[in-house]
Amino acid sequence: MNPLSTETLYPVQNGIGNMVRTLFPESAFYINTLITISCLLLLVSLLPVFLIWLERKVAARFQARLGPMRVGYHGLLQSSADGLKLIFKEILKPEGADTFVFFLAPVLPASATFLVMAILPFDHHLQVADPAGGVIYVIGISGLSVLGILLAGWASNNKYSLLGAMRSGAQMISFEISLVLIMLLIVMVTGTASLREIVLSQQGTVLDWWIFKLPGLGIIAFLMYMISSTAELNRAPFDISEAESELTGGFATEYSGISFAMFFFAEFVNMFVSAGIASTFFLGGFLAPQFGLAFIDPLLAFIPGFIWFFVKTFFVIFLYMWFRWTFPRLRVDQLMYLEWKMLLPANLVLLMLAGFFLAMGWIL
Amino acid sequence: MKQTLTHEDRQQNSPRQACCAYLLKIITGFVSLLKGMGVTIGYFVSPKRIVTQEYPENRENLQVMARFRGHVSMIHDDKGDHTCTGCGICEKACPNGTISVLTTKDISGRKILGQYIYRLSQCTLCNLCVESCPFGAIVMGKDFELAVYHREKLTFILNTPQGERE
Repeated sequence: MNPLSTETLYPVQNGIGNMVRTLFPESAFYINTLITISCLLLLVSLLPVFLIWLERKVAARFQARLGPMRVGYHGLLQSSADGLKLIFKEILKPEGADTFVFFLAPVLPASATFLVMAILPFDHHLQVADPAGGVIYVIGISGLSVLGILLAGWASNNKYSLLGAMRSGAQMISFEISLVLIMLLIVMVTGTASLREIVLSQQGTVLDWWIFKLPGLGIIAFLMYMISSTAELNRAPFDISEAESELTGGFATEYSGISFAMFFFAEFVNMFVSAGIASTFFLGGFLAPQFGLAFIDPLLAFIPGFIWFFVKTFFVIFLYMWFRWTFPRLRVDQLMYLEWKMLLPANLVLLMLAGFFLAMGWIL
Repeated sequence: MKQTLTHEDRQQNSPRQACCAYLLKIITGFVSLLKGMGVTIGYFVSPKRIVTQEYPENRENLQVMARFRGHVSMIHDDKGDHTCTGCGICEKACPNGTISVLTTKDISGRKILGQYIYRLSQCTLCNLCVESCPFGAIVMGKDFELAVYHREKLTFILNTPQGERE
């Protein structure tokens, strides 16, 4: 099924890793680990800065504004300046707050995004680890961010924080179900739960991506993934957990300085991770789009895979931003109606249909 | 009675009708969402629609909106004449006592405008004086850089050709 996968000992290998392995055979494990951790740290710290700038610019253009323009070229350094400001601000702890939990809470979503980032297949040989149950790992780790939000709301000793956290907890747990069911659909048709294998199962032309490969169902599944992951990310139109007009900022009301920045950064890295998973599952991940045309395909295939991964991921991120600045916020009951009465039955029907297609041999 | 009957009817046909309503709701919902997204992407892709102006940089070619209300000024034609008759309706219309219309008499004994005193320091730029003027003699200007160092500089006499400061 996968002509590209060769190694069994190191299924994920690249030039740098192999060079370290040949130069320092004994300590290669530690050196490679250090390199990967520092690369991921760099990515995790630079991505939100860029994404926040992007969000502000995109929002501005949707609202016929210019957005940040003064700091750096077209405001590129604006979010770095904001981050620096947040680092130098005082961290306030409200009276009666649970100190340990209050300071633990912002760390959890940030570390969760960092951990999920470790198994995203950025390129064919650019992935920190490729566990066989990668999908389960993603689902399990992203649960940490719900925990962080719930703890933040509880520890803040503030009614708005608690309300926001409870709303957010209910929302995220509800929408996780349809998210998991869609992932299950892809795992079912792919026959593997490893993210890299899922990408490799989409080799071929654009029509072999799961969004088009499943006849009709792929697009529906992709749309449903977009809806439920937007809800999972607590982004508008599902941002009832921090509805500014109702809850003065939700679970993050009492946070300031670096702990607020961690929530904020985690939110944006989460968006990247979620978009990355969408492109891995539906848009062929790091595979270059091939149209079956002899003159353009080699050109597209020449562009390295991680660039394709980032292109696809940023396309999905743009979709998230587009949703955010177009749709009005849902009420709490509408949100629950959407999940339990619309998405969940549709999901089950979709899963059944996909199973039927699979049994009839209409896929692959 | 009629209401309950229809309700029961709906309940009896529920499986098929509910399915149709469910699908219809999904489809119309998606159509309306796509409409909204079409509107926003229109704004996103056309830079001409951006209304923001980077003010201190573009001070020379600043574009002030047509309905912008700066301070009150009097329209003067090329000869330096204005159409104010000194009737004082604007003075009565002003809620803040911003305007004082001081009249004199010309050689033939007719009442004419002597000094049109306008105190910007009291003005809320509400436009009531302009609306009440029966002769269209005053307008709201476009100038908005109105800060000065002394309060006295905010009192103007408007009925001189350049509207020069007192």
